[in-house]
Amino acid sequence: MSINATLIGQMITFTLLVWLTMKYIWPPIIAAMEERRVKIADGLAAAERGQEEIKLAEKKAVGILREAREQATEIIGGAQKRANDLVEEAKLQAKSEGERLLAQAQAQAEQEFLQARDNLRKEVAALALLAAEQILKEEIDKAKHQTILNRAADQLG
Amino acid sequence: MASEHNATDYIIHHLTPLRVGEGFWSFHLDTLFFSAVLGGLFIWFFKSVAERATSGVPGLAQSLAETLVEFVDTQVKDTFHGRSDLISPLALTIFCWVFLWNAMDMLPVDLLPDIGHVAGIDYLRVVPSTDLNSTFALSISVFFLIFFYSIKVKGFFGFVKEMTCTPFGPWLMPFNLMLKLVEEFAKPISLGLRLFGNLYAGELVFILIALLPPVVQPLLGFPWAVFHILVITLQAFIFMMLTIVYLSLAHEDH
Repeated sequence: MSINATLIGQMITFTLLVWLTMKYIWPPIIAAMEERRVKIADGLAAAERGQEEIKLAEKKAVGILREAREQATEIIGGAQKRANDLVEEAKLQAKSEGERLLAQAQAQAEQEFLQARDNLRKEVAALALLAAEQILKEEIDKAKHQTILNRAADQLG
Repeated sequence: MASEHNATDYIIHHLTPLRVGEGFWSFHLDTLFFSAVLGGLFIWFFKSVAERATSGVPGLAQSLAETLVEFVDTQVKDTFHGRSDLISPLALTIFCWVFLWNAMDMLPVDLLPDIGHVAGIDYLRVVPSTDLNSTFALSISVFFLIFFYSIKVKGFFGFVKEMTCTPFGPWLMPFNLMLKLVEEFAKPISLGLRLFGNLYAGELVFILIALLPPVVQPLLGFPWAVFHILVITLQAFIFMMLTIVYLSLAHEDH
């Protein structure tokens, strides 16, 4: 084993390697690792914050849901009441309308009935008079029986 | 393979570096080459990750790189309480580079030397950590850094005071200095020798297993390789860890 100038050569190589490592290798790798460490820490913090926010939002959502349910119940109640009112109102209206129509129809019918009876009576009276005239043409002395004829005409008319 | 050689020649051949030059000014080309290639591999992998580093979902390569970076960063932060832009990258470089050096041990002992032989290279020692020059290059660099930071943090006089007046007070100055010098010099020597010794021994055992009859080789080679997975990682970790500890000691006032 001999110590010789190889030693110096090796020292030069070693110095060169250390210098290269110090200048070009160590800083970027350490920087990348440090940056990742920061990123991970930030990520974890963000995740925690997110979880907190989710909890808050959940609480809020429950509140909103309850409120909405109450509102919905209220609205449904109101609507039901309104519907009932409407139905009642419609019923009343229909009833009064029906009654009105009925009364109108009845009055019209009555009137038509009276008119028809009147017409009929007139026609019957005329026919009777005509018939009586035909039958009694010869036998009646108009002058003699004037009183009777007038009475009959009065009764029929 | 083994039967063609005399056993001793085989072992010596495997542990002889590819050497050029004479005396001190000679170079182990194989050590330099494999170290540079492995260092390049390390830089290339981490650089490609660093360029595409995203703080979003990391890919497979980035995950691997970040695992290593975070592992080293944790070790540094646990041990070293000052602020330094150098120590973490230094520790990462040491861990990965030494690990890659040691991992060369997992290649079959004859694979690369045989390829080299075909290519006309007679000697090839593929594991850089079985070369004392490599391990000492690292430990001596760390040693310089220890001195540099000791003086930078404590000031020159503070450093001198620490070297001469501890642990037994100013009256035993020479004795203190001697103790301190031994202590300081023991650090790089133990660092370098520990890594070298472990990997050299490991490689030697692989070579010895390669000398056995082919039928027996897997029976011993496999458990040793599995055990070595632990050793190569552990030695890289120990080297890195001790570097961090020594440098953090250099930063502390007594």
